Amino acid sequence: MIDIIIIGGGIVGASMAYELAKYQLNVTLLEKETELSFGVSKSNSGIIHTGFQDDYNSLKGRLAVRGNFLYREISRLLDFPFIPTGELVVAFPGEKESIEEIKENGDRLGIPGIEIVDGEWLNKNEPMLSKEIEYALLGPTAAVINPWEVIYAMAENAISNGVKIYCDNEVHSIAKINNFWRVKTYQAEYESRYVINAAGLSADKISFMAGIKCPIIIPYKGEEFILDRHADRLTKRIVFPVPKKHTKGILIIPTVDGNTMIGPTSNEVTDKEDITTTKKHKDEVLKAAQKLAPSINEDLLIASFAGLRPTTREGDFYIKEEQNGFINIVGIKSPGLTAAPAIAEYVVNILAENTTLPKKKKYNPKRKSMPRFRLLNTKERNTLIKKDTDFGEVICRCELVTKGEIKEAIRRGARTLDGIKFRTRSQMGRCHGAFCTSKIMAIMSEELEIPFDKITKRGQGSELIKRNEL
Amino acid sequence: MNYKKYDLIVIGGGPAGMAAAAGASSSGVKDILILERMPGLGGILNQCIHLGFGLEYFKKEMTGTEYAARYKKIVYDKDIEVKTSCLVHKITPEKNVSFVSRDGEFTVSAKNIIMATGCRERTREMLTVPGTRPSGIFTAGLAQEMVNIYGLMPGHEVVIVGSGDIGLIMARRMTLEGAKVHFVLEILDHLSGLIRNKVQCLDDFKIPLYLEHELMEITGKNRVEAIRYRDNKTGREKVISCDTVLFSVGLIPEQDLLIDSGITTGNGIFLTGNADYVHDLVDNVTKEAEKLGRSIN
Repeated sequence: MIDIIIIGGGIVGASMAYELAKYQLNVTLLEKETELSFGVSKSNSGIIHTGFQDDYNSLKGRLAVRGNFLYREISRLLDFPFIPTGELVVAFPGEKESIEEIKENGDRLGIPGIEIVDGEWLNKNEPMLSKEIEYALLGPTAAVINPWEVIYAMAENAISNGVKIYCDNEVHSIAKINNFWRVKTYQAEYESRYVINAAGLSADKISFMAGIKCPIIIPYKGEEFILDRHADRLTKRIVFPVPKKHTKGILIIPTVDGNTMIGPTSNEVTDKEDITTTKKHKDEVLKAAQKLAPSINEDLLIASFAGLRPTTREGDFYIKEEQNGFINIVGIKSPGLTAAPAIAEYVVNILAENTTLPKKKKYNPKRKSMPRFRLLNTKERNTLIKKDTDFGEVICRCELVTKGEIKEAIRRGARTLDGIKFRTRSQMGRCHGAFCTSKIMAIMSEELEIPFDKITKRGQGSELIKRNEL
Repeated sequence: MNYKKYDLIVIGGGPAGMAAAAGASSSGVKDILILERMPGLGGILNQCIHLGFGLEYFKKEMTGTEYAARYKKIVYDKDIEVKTSCLVHKITPEKNVSFVSRDGEFTVSAKNIIMATGCRERTREMLTVPGTRPSGIFTAGLAQEMVNIYGLMPGHEVVIVGSGDIGLIMARRMTLEGAKVHFVLEILDHLSGLIRNKVQCLDDFKIPLYLEHELMEITGKNRVEAIRYRDNKTGREKVISCDTVLFSVGLIPEQDLLIDSGITTGNGIFLTGNADYVHDLVDNVTKEAEKLGRSIN
């Protein structure tokens, strides 16, 4: 019998798996997509917030502050980049009061180092910002990460500690039988003492399947646009306008990999699969970003994507043990990525109320990052190539990704072109995969022992080619 | 591995790189090295199995692969040093060239550097075409590689966006392999590619070219399901279902090695071929690059 089933392999599910792996528990994670992080999390902006934009009275505010703190240690243990950029909420004329309110809220949350800086400071430290900005609230604890990288790191660590993770495994029914839950997927059947619902956009659906009421998920779409790396880092810090009701606004985000990202929009949609981008919203994002940094222009755009936030009318995170071992984690929108490790800690505390949770005697606290050829110096590169000549064969030249890294990504669980992209950055550069897609497919075909027509972009239905021969 | 200092390093072993090296060699330049990232010379010509090459330079019409084969012989007969499967990732103003190969990462230096790095295709992302991002969206050149090098069939119901030469060539190629190519959309009021390619690749196969037509949206969750496009003359929009969209919307000279290092040409650093500007005919690339090569000393 499984002790705990986690439904959902996004940042919340992965954080749960990582946290629960520390205890003497039999844990299984089920994900409906072909790989982890392919739902809400993959299109996250990657910001680790200070937490000052969320009400000090709210669960999400408290968990964001705690999550921000926890990430520092986790990024060290799990060896993923955590770039402490800091953030600015900028005030145009007439908006100073708003940032003062945010500061007051941040002070109540106990967020360290926040201060209001003036135009002179901004001129010196962020010269690309609009000169019309008079003041800004500086939050030095904000950072950026790659959401998928954190998920893969947590999952790899959890697996090394005995957690089982099954992808392509969509849950279709959940029933309470005596003192356990029976969870059926289209592939298999599981029995478990606890179910943790971390199903993101489908969290309401999963809860209803178990016969449990919870807040309804309303998808809010966000469209984001990435600027070419030729465009020097526009800003060192994440730059926010003064927030609006449902959103933190359209931002400038320096990404982990050196690009600048602008967005996201925020619009309620009805379809939980609507990840279209639109001309209207591109124009909206450009206009809003140009207000913050006037040098941004359309020619710098190299990519766009959209994602959905699992929002609820109630607004705050909904985290609760409902009955008999069913734990709902619902409505985890921003600052969900930031809060995720703290959410996991919070849920473990809920579990500990009713059951004893002895820690594992043999626990592996670490995980080693994928080799990143591009980031190594010549000596390190040559050591790697000497060990395995595949590291001397560059497959993706825009991002300098080698065959060795592609193979390592597959060994670590990549099964799709997007999975390889997220793990290696191949296909993310200037040519958008025009030069490397075929080569990566050839490696996948060989390593996974599958024909080309079984290779997908992101799971069944997204096969790249139609026929294996002409 | 120890490297001497070269008189000339040519980055890229496609038609421009081969010609630049050959030209330099014939004018007496001694120590020449060609660095090529693929396992063999020839560059993009190797996937151009269609006719239309060589009439001007070799006075004989041939395929791209034949053209490459003939020129490779010229290079090898000249005893020019060629290193293949080498990816150059950095050059410096001091003319040090760093590359990665299965033997390791090396830096070599040269009196002169010729960048013959070709060009890359503009993509759907650069146009920020609205809609979804399913599979089935390829640049025409990637589709050409899949068909001609790997023998794979990328799609059955095809729309081509942009009337660049590779798109026109692929309209015919996909048709010959059994795909239905519905039409070619061109946002401009005139053809982008060569007229002969329109005649031989579209007209002969009754594939319509729609001028002043714009791609508005791509739809489909996992695989392309349809596109929406607009006749900009009338403003009327239409939707057509398809499983594949090929983009042939322009080529960009690959000068990123220079841009990334903040280097400009001059002072012994040169650009040639499509890395300099995009040419219509390979014959002209060869002639210009040979001429540049001969001017090196």
